[in-house]
Amino acid sequence: MGIIKALKLGFDYLKYDDDGNVESTQRAVDDVNLDIEAGEFIAILGHNGSGKSTLAKHMNALLLPSEGTLWVDNMDTASEADTWKIRQKAGMVFQNPDNQIIATVVEEDVGFGPENMGIPTADIWTRVDDALQKVGMTTYRHHSPNKLSGGQKQRVAIAGVMAMRPSCIVLDEPTAMLDPNGRKEVIKAVHELNKTENVTVILITHYMEEVIDADRVYVMDSGKVVMQGTPKEIFSRVEELKHYRLDVPQVTLLAHELKKNGLDIPDGILTTEELVSVLCR
Amino acid sequence: MLKDITIGQYYPADSIIHKLDPRVKFVGTMIFIVSIFIFNSFPGYFVAGLFLASMIALSKVPPKFMFKGLRAVFMLLMITVIFNMVLTPGDIVFKLGFIKVTREGLIMAGKMAVRLVFLISGSSIMTLTTTPNQLTDAMERLLRPLNRIHVPVHEIAMMMSIALRFIPILMEETDKIMKAQIARGADFESGNIIQRTKNMIPLLVPLFISAFRRANDLALAMEARCYHGGENRTQMKPLKYERKDYMAYLILIAYLAAAILFRVFKL
Repeated sequence: MGIIKALKLGFDYLKYDDDGNVESTQRAVDDVNLDIEAGEFIAILGHNGSGKSTLAKHMNALLLPSEGTLWVDNMDTASEADTWKIRQKAGMVFQNPDNQIIATVVEEDVGFGPENMGIPTADIWTRVDDALQKVGMTTYRHHSPNKLSGGQKQRVAIAGVMAMRPSCIVLDEPTAMLDPNGRKEVIKAVHELNKTENVTVILITHYMEEVIDADRVYVMDSGKVVMQGTPKEIFSRVEELKHYRLDVPQVTLLAHELKKNGLDIPDGILTTEELVSVLCR
Repeated sequence: MLKDITIGQYYPADSIIHKLDPRVKFVGTMIFIVSIFIFNSFPGYFVAGLFLASMIALSKVPPKFMFKGLRAVFMLLMITVIFNMVLTPGDIVFKLGFIKVTREGLIMAGKMAVRLVFLISGSSIMTLTTTPNQLTDAMERLLRPLNRIHVPVHEIAMMMSIALRFIPILMEETDKIMKAQIARGADFESGNIIQRTKNMIPLLVPLFISAFRRANDLALAMEARCYHGGENRTQMKPLKYERKDYMAYLILIAYLAAAILFRVFKL
């Protein structure tokens, strides 16, 4: 069994009227089945309102399923006794870098998680040193987070999660508020953690470029997982992706259009180099 | 415009006062404030002044920073001095129409002025040499006994440090919203006070909404990082007394004792 497994997962957002009675329900996650192996790099794609963030919050037990079950490292997220263990196992990085940094000094923020876990002081320091070094922020350790760029703040947030020594990190649109350079630096840091530390990564995004290097991709639409497979498999289904209001990387789109117009090009071209080599045959 | 506002006016320097445990500085400031009310004579004030001057010298903070703090309360100081001078009954020194300045009044005014100046500069030594974070840490530790009577000390300290973290962010946001509203024709600068206050509504409403949203996000992020209150929590930078801190306490006790002796023997 994988590190994260979901079986028939469903979640309803409830809307209450003034007397506290349930007025209406809205299905945010619907019959989702996942099986994620340790060490994988998973991307979850989806348009706004597709339920991808709601799904992410389940992996950290911030939300509990209305239906079905989700296991993190064999622990049922619904069992309250395991909540803190689950949150330590599956760290979470959010969209807005400003709203997840708690302390006024970088290193103190990284130490926040271990402090909560009740780690002895000396160990906190080694964890903080490690985590800062892993994301390449050691030189900024005494800085105030307010003076950092968006990408740097997001790397601090990732370090804060890494200091808890999780086996899996869930990133909920970590690059949505960053400029292109910040986006690149965050994605690079995440890939490095995945490779060197063998941390399972679940990256939630709507930028196609960030998905290309993932091991597997899930596409979500109105709460359901509608497509899954390797990036190559997913991006060879251009028309279907368009139907779910998702963009395709430019190169893939170009290859697709060329193919439609009669050129002999395989499906699922992901990089410029690939297209060049195919065209120059 | 809003960038000029600073909370806590930490002056980074490498001095013995900077390195003292924040609890010592906190208690020290309290003792100093108490002492200037125990001392009741000019020789006493001289001792307090000497103590203050040596602290300023040790802190390596340029005295002009101290005076900056004084400038803010200059008006208050003048009002206190004038009222004391005019309203204290006693031997009349000189008369100007119905205004009578008395000898007792002059002495009283002098004492009040000295006390106020000492009070302000004494507490600014603390804020100039201690970061806001250290201060909240010190408060948390010093107030810990109140936990017994169910005062949520840890929570209060956590709130204070989060507030400190978000002040610059909300300042920036206010600036942004202000510019956005000005671009849409909002007017924050003309009219009388009532109109101006009314004009602040398009600034305050979005600011509050965004602050609540941020609070919600932050709460989620804190929970995601296993925050569950002060129970079973360890500290990355626990406060620990060192030798110099005990020394400082000894000096403070000696100083307080001197103040009490001055009072008892009416020096």
